[in-house]
Amino acid sequence: MNPLGLYVPGTSAVHRAPAGVKLAAMVVAGVLSVLVDRPWEVGVALGVVLLGYRTAGLSSRVVCGQLRPLLWIGACTAVFHLLVNGWERALVVVGVLAALVLLAALVTLTTRTTDLVDALVAASRPLRVFGVDPERVGLMVALGVRCVPVVVGLAEEVREAQRARGLAASPRAFAVPLIVRSLRHADALGEALMARGLED
Amino acid sequence: MPVIEARQVGHEYGERTVLSGVDLVLREQRIGIVGANGSGKSTFARTLNGLVLPTSGRVLVDGLDTRTQGREVRRRVGFCFTDPDAQIVMPTVAEDVAFGLRRRGLSKAEVGERVERTLVSFGLLGHADHPAHLLSGGQKQLLALASVLVVEPDVLVMDEPTTLLDLRNAQHTAAVVGGLAQQVVLVTHHLDLLEGFDRVLVFDEGRVVCDDLPADAVRYYRKLMS
Repeated sequence: MNPLGLYVPGTSAVHRAPAGVKLAAMVVAGVLSVLVDRPWEVGVALGVVLLGYRTAGLSSRVVCGQLRPLLWIGACTAVFHLLVNGWERALVVVGVLAALVLLAALVTLTTRTTDLVDALVAASRPLRVFGVDPERVGLMVALGVRCVPVVVGLAEEVREAQRARGLAASPRAFAVPLIVRSLRHADALGEALMARGLED
Repeated sequence: MPVIEARQVGHEYGERTVLSGVDLVLREQRIGIVGANGSGKSTFARTLNGLVLPTSGRVLVDGLDTRTQGREVRRRVGFCFTDPDAQIVMPTVAEDVAFGLRRRGLSKAEVGERVERTLVSFGLLGHADHPAHLLSGGQKQLLALASVLVVEPDVLVMDEPTTLLDLRNAQHTAAVVGGLAQQVVLVTHHLDLLEGFDRVLVFDEGRVVCDDLPADAVRYYRKLMS
């Protein structure tokens, strides 16, 4: 299982669908989500998304993996709405949140980053008139995706170093080395990009 | 073979001099560089494709000046870093190998064909769609090497590529490098990798203190370090 929501190879219809179509569907779903108002509508939305996971051949473990980071925020939102607006509203809000997160994860799990980047570059071309460089937008997205596991790895190393030295959990002792190492990595990445022909 | 010329190359980081009066012409196929930490060898390697511009002197690759023709020089001179994590820029293996090719305006089919060929030759085809961060250290270094070589540079500069690898992966990487047709400039602390090289430079305090065949240069270096 890939805990970071990166591409899982496959040949399903969802995998084969053009990246631009999947991104557009995600945007449309996001806009339409404000119209969802009843629990049965949430059920339909979740059902459609889960059908997408099934079609893509992704297991329920993958689905749970995508929802895990939502646990705390989902629980807090549910409690708030339960107290203020009642159980139906709590169910709708948390259900819509889960459906959108699952849909976004389905797109990244079934689409190569290169294809996503190409679609984003194509979509940003009209922004050239405002001075936006579409290639740069695409590269930024790709580097962002690439850096997630790197920073997670750095954080784990910092935590291990703290444990090895018997240091108690301290936000400052964790954050400072993590930021310093992340900045060093950014420097090295910049040098590597230059070495590989990206001039500025 | 390409000709690399370093003409009275000097470099300073603030008030610290890291290179001083380096004057060399490199035309051999296999060139090794050894030296203690801080001796200036990595900085010198970085001057060869313009990652570092010398504060004095010039570096020319086939007559192209790294200061004024950096883009052209980097097309000819590939660079492989010590830490592969710092040079893998795309999320999956195949995407990272394709990165340099896509920026050269090749067609999608041509990129795909060259990526596949490269992955096969580096034994990474089975990992094509795998996230790069899940590879082992040795596989990551092979990926970094593949991503540099896929664009077919004339020269490959490698800065301690085996330092973070275990013996098996270091030997594998060395075997891959040994089979390359390109001119290779290898900065290393692993002296056994220099066996069969044409020329070895020993750096000390920013200067080339020995420039000889591997056996003699390594003997000199061992004596220097003792």
